[in-house]
Amino acid sequence: MNKVFALIDCNNFYASCERLFRPELQGKPIVVLSNNDGCIVARSNEAKALGLSMGAPYFKNKALIRKHNVQVFSSNYALYGDLSHRVMRVLQDMEPDVEIYSIDEAFISLPAGNNLAAYAKSMKARVEKYVGIPVSIGIAPTKTLAKIANRFAKKNAQHQGAFEIRNHENSDELLSTVGVGEVWGIGRKSTEKLNRQGIHNALQLKNADDQWIRKHLTVTGLRTVMELRGTSCLPLDHSLPTKKSIISSRSFGSPVNTLPDLREAIATHIAIAAEKLRKQKSAAGSIHVFIYTNRFKKDTPQYAGNIMMTLSQPSACTPTIIKSALQGLERIYKPGYAYNKAGIMITELVPQNHLQQNLFCSENIENTPLMATVDRINTRWGRNTLQFAAAGLAKPWGMKQAHKSPAYTTNWPDIPVVTASF
Amino acid sequence: MSLRADYSISEIYGFEQKIRVLRPLFSSGVSAGFPSPAEDYIEQRLDLNELLIKNPAATFFVRVNGDSMIGAGINHNDILIVDRSLEPVSGKIVIAIINGEFTVKKLIKHGHSCKLVAENPAYPTVELTEESSCEIWGVVTCSINQF
Repeated sequence: MNKVFALIDCNNFYASCERLFRPELQGKPIVVLSNNDGCIVARSNEAKALGLSMGAPYFKNKALIRKHNVQVFSSNYALYGDLSHRVMRVLQDMEPDVEIYSIDEAFISLPAGNNLAAYAKSMKARVEKYVGIPVSIGIAPTKTLAKIANRFAKKNAQHQGAFEIRNHENSDELLSTVGVGEVWGIGRKSTEKLNRQGIHNALQLKNADDQWIRKHLTVTGLRTVMELRGTSCLPLDHSLPTKKSIISSRSFGSPVNTLPDLREAIATHIAIAAEKLRKQKSAAGSIHVFIYTNRFKKDTPQYAGNIMMTLSQPSACTPTIIKSALQGLERIYKPGYAYNKAGIMITELVPQNHLQQNLFCSENIENTPLMATVDRINTRWGRNTLQFAAAGLAKPWGMKQAHKSPAYTTNWPDIPVVTASF
Repeated sequence: MSLRADYSISEIYGFEQKIRVLRPLFSSGVSAGFPSPAEDYIEQRLDLNELLIKNPAATFFVRVNGDSMIGAGINHNDILIVDRSLEPVSGKIVIAIINGEFTVKKLIKHGHSCKLVAENPAYPTVELTEESSCEIWGVVTCSINQF
């Protein structure tokens, strides 16, 4: 049976999540900031109309934001994660073949048919009713075209949030209006190459010479071209690829000078990463530790230290990894610098069930139940209910999150209040 | 911190051991004696979620502030279970948005007109005309009153 792809994409997802529990913000401009309140990472349509751009630094736009009374939110990943999960669940209840592509996008494989745009509209209506998050749906014979169809669904109000691209019907005319750089999988470097070759829009890319594409954009680029021609090369991907490495790093709210503060930061990052590590049932073979001064402050002394520590045997045990990481930190730490970022990357991941036993260390036998208990408690009662003493309690280096909304759906004291007094 | 003091020996003489040692982990005790006669009759335990939440993806919790719904058994500070997947038909208790604010009321529909009714004589009924902006956010299925 012939299949087509639908791409469901949540509109202005983070901003929509914030608005769901703040009905008075209907129709008002909203922006959501990145970790540490650095950049704008999501905008409501009203904020887009004011000219606030994606990725723009918050501090540079403060005047504009104040002038138009734009509501500002720090990222609230507990909220976005929960609502994302709900959206995906509604989709999975409707369709058996769903690929969760990102926090706010899913591909669905559908049997080809006649009235798919109408069906897409019913899907859209269901997600919006059940979860309260507006979505747009693009349908096409390939994933790459579905991405483009989604863009039209979103941009042109007359499509009412759902749009289908069919082979040999409307596709060529539409593709000529899409820049190559906007095609899924075509990055900045490829765009430059294509532009130099006189290829500026998706239609020109579709009709490009196979040999040239293969030579300059490799087989990956050729796949994209085939997909533009309506030949599906990218099936739904259900394997959540186990990560090869896990990174946790963050800029400090204010610069950090002392080793004890850095120790706490590194231990906290390890705790976060090790939990993820255990969730995917892996163990780490080595850890990179890095600390940076602020490279944008040219007038202050600059230093960047990093080191790789190898564990005597792969481990998923937080205390073991913290111990090794802190040894590394002591070796790279230099006093007298104002550090503004610290982080870790755990690598050489191996599946836990392939662990080799080391004669000198019995930690995996001893600690597995302990770590499982720690993870269970933290999942149930919220992150950091149980934490490792090395991670510290005060966290003076913590994140700047001046505008964070409550965890409306994941923390009892934070649930929304409804009035019964009028 | 005495990190260097307990630097593990294995790290200095690190070697790779190729033999995989598997040790059994007994999660339950080894039974000695008669098996429990109740074992065959154990079914699942009662789960409140199963009773109260039909559609988890569409279900939200909110807290009540005020006494305008006490006639419906909804008290100040109760937690309401709200199911957005249900149709707000006449007679349902709903979460409505009035003037940008969440409120809990009973929805009554008469043909094309509808009104939001408080379950407490001290509060007036809100008539919904075409102009007055009102959106139904979800349908209340249960009120939890913790003593």
